Amino acid sequence: MSASVLYDVPGPKARRRNRVYGVISIAAVLGLIAFIIYRLDHTGQFQAGLWDDYQYANTQDRIIEGLLTTLKTFALAAVFSLALGAALAAGRLSDHRWVRWSTTVVVEFFRAMPLLIMIFLLYYAYFETQPMWALVIGLTLYNGSVQSEIFRAGINAVPRGQSEAAYAIGLRKTQVMTNVLVPQAVRSMLPSIISQLVVTLKDTSLGFIILYEELLYVGKAFAERTPPENGVYAFIPMVIVFGSIYILLCLALSSLATWIERSTQRSRKGAPAALAAGSATVMVNPSQSAKARPDDDGGPQKGPKTD
Amino acid sequence: MNVLTDNFAAFRDGFLKTVELTALSTLLALVLGILIAAFRVSPVPALRVFGTVWVTLLRNTPLVLLFLIVTLGLPALGLKGWDSFWLAVMALGCYTSAFICEAVRSGINTVSVGQAEAARSIGMTFSQTLGHIVLPQAARTAIPPVGSLIIALTKNSAIASGFDVMELGALQKELNADAGYNILVIFLWIAICYLIITLTLSGLFRLLENRMAVAR
Repeated sequence: MSASVLYDVPGPKARRRNRVYGVISIAAVLGLIAFIIYRLDHTGQFQAGLWDDYQYANTQDRIIEGLLTTLKTFALAAVFSLALGAALAAGRLSDHRWVRWSTTVVVEFFRAMPLLIMIFLLYYAYFETQPMWALVIGLTLYNGSVQSEIFRAGINAVPRGQSEAAYAIGLRKTQVMTNVLVPQAVRSMLPSIISQLVVTLKDTSLGFIILYEELLYVGKAFAERTPPENGVYAFIPMVIVFGSIYILLCLALSSLATWIERSTQRSRKGAPAALAAGSATVMVNPSQSAKARPDDDGGPQKGPKTD
Repeated sequence: MNVLTDNFAAFRDGFLKTVELTALSTLLALVLGILIAAFRVSPVPALRVFGTVWVTLLRNTPLVLLFLIVTLGLPALGLKGWDSFWLAVMALGCYTSAFICEAVRSGINTVSVGQAEAARSIGMTFSQTLGHIVLPQAARTAIPPVGSLIIALTKNSAIASGFDVMELGALQKELNADAGYNILVIFLWIAICYLIITLTLSGLFRLLENRMAVAR
């Protein structure tokens, strides 16, 4: 390992000391693992009998069913939240002040609310018989608001010269958005969008609390099926099976995000450096340059808005 | 309005329970998060691996599953007798610690190597470099994300209501079951309670950021 901010490249003495620390820490970690395994074995968590349930075909079918339910909920929530996010972002980037304000209030409210509280409300008030929709709508409202902030930040991060140039050659606002800004912004936003989708996937497990039969609900039902031995449920098989399903799903999604991040970085190498804002505005007519600022937190010279 | 005045004691208890839960989990998350971040930047490979495994596992596990693991798993480890409140603190604290660790670590990584090299070349010891040069600069980058993580923790604490902790989320369930009240009005008051907590937190963090900000 090369020099880091915290320490120099180790010399012979430091290397020896690090080896000692290494041995001590390996011993400590192994000790912790051994303690956990010993205690779990002591309470009978490793008996082969606990796995019997998982060998039946109908148990496996129920796991698959739970997995499909989770994936279906996730797919619906992902699609709806991306659509809602796009709509809210368009509202926040609008030229009309009242549209901007009202969407800001909506976005800030849903971002500040605990998701579970919202799901409870939807469940008790409207969807007591269809918990799936309480979950999907709750996830959509929350994640849609978060996605809209990601979209807005991404579009605002496109260098200003891009939209100024587009307005200068006579494109309309919609054309500037769809032909110039969004294609460039999507690239830089994709990793954040996908990591928010990972959050959405993890949050589908909130359905557990409103007794919606998704993956985790099935898992808990299994864990509690075998009668507890002196107050201890058979939870090891449950954690291994269901925990690894969730972790694998999330890791797959997030490695997609890292892959996209890396591949877009590679294709960026030809991009020219962004012009300084000052030199870019010299070239366009001042009234147009003022018009070309769709965002509300714009610069000092705010021109009249014509549309 | 009746909802609040009729059940003022319940609202007060729920509010205080949520605040208590948030405060204690935040403390646990900060301690664990900073410790694991120290592991991840240490020169000892075994600790780095431990830190990486901890962060990867916890970041990709749903919080509800973690709650289940804690409630079912601790008795299996022979550690019985924790009440549901402390189990919730453990689940929330461990979950958030993974995110805090990443925020702290990326804060440390943004400090340029030249800073530490300059400090070492004028003869500062390791602890002086750490305390006077690296950590103050790292804290400045790490504080805003840590602030939003703690706000997220406040919101996540509602999940504890599904595991027998009598906080605001459980209050909403209880009042809904009572009927007689308008469900939307109950929601509104609960929402206001959460907003009070989250707005206070974001105000505190803005204050902290302003105090630590320096002209560069």
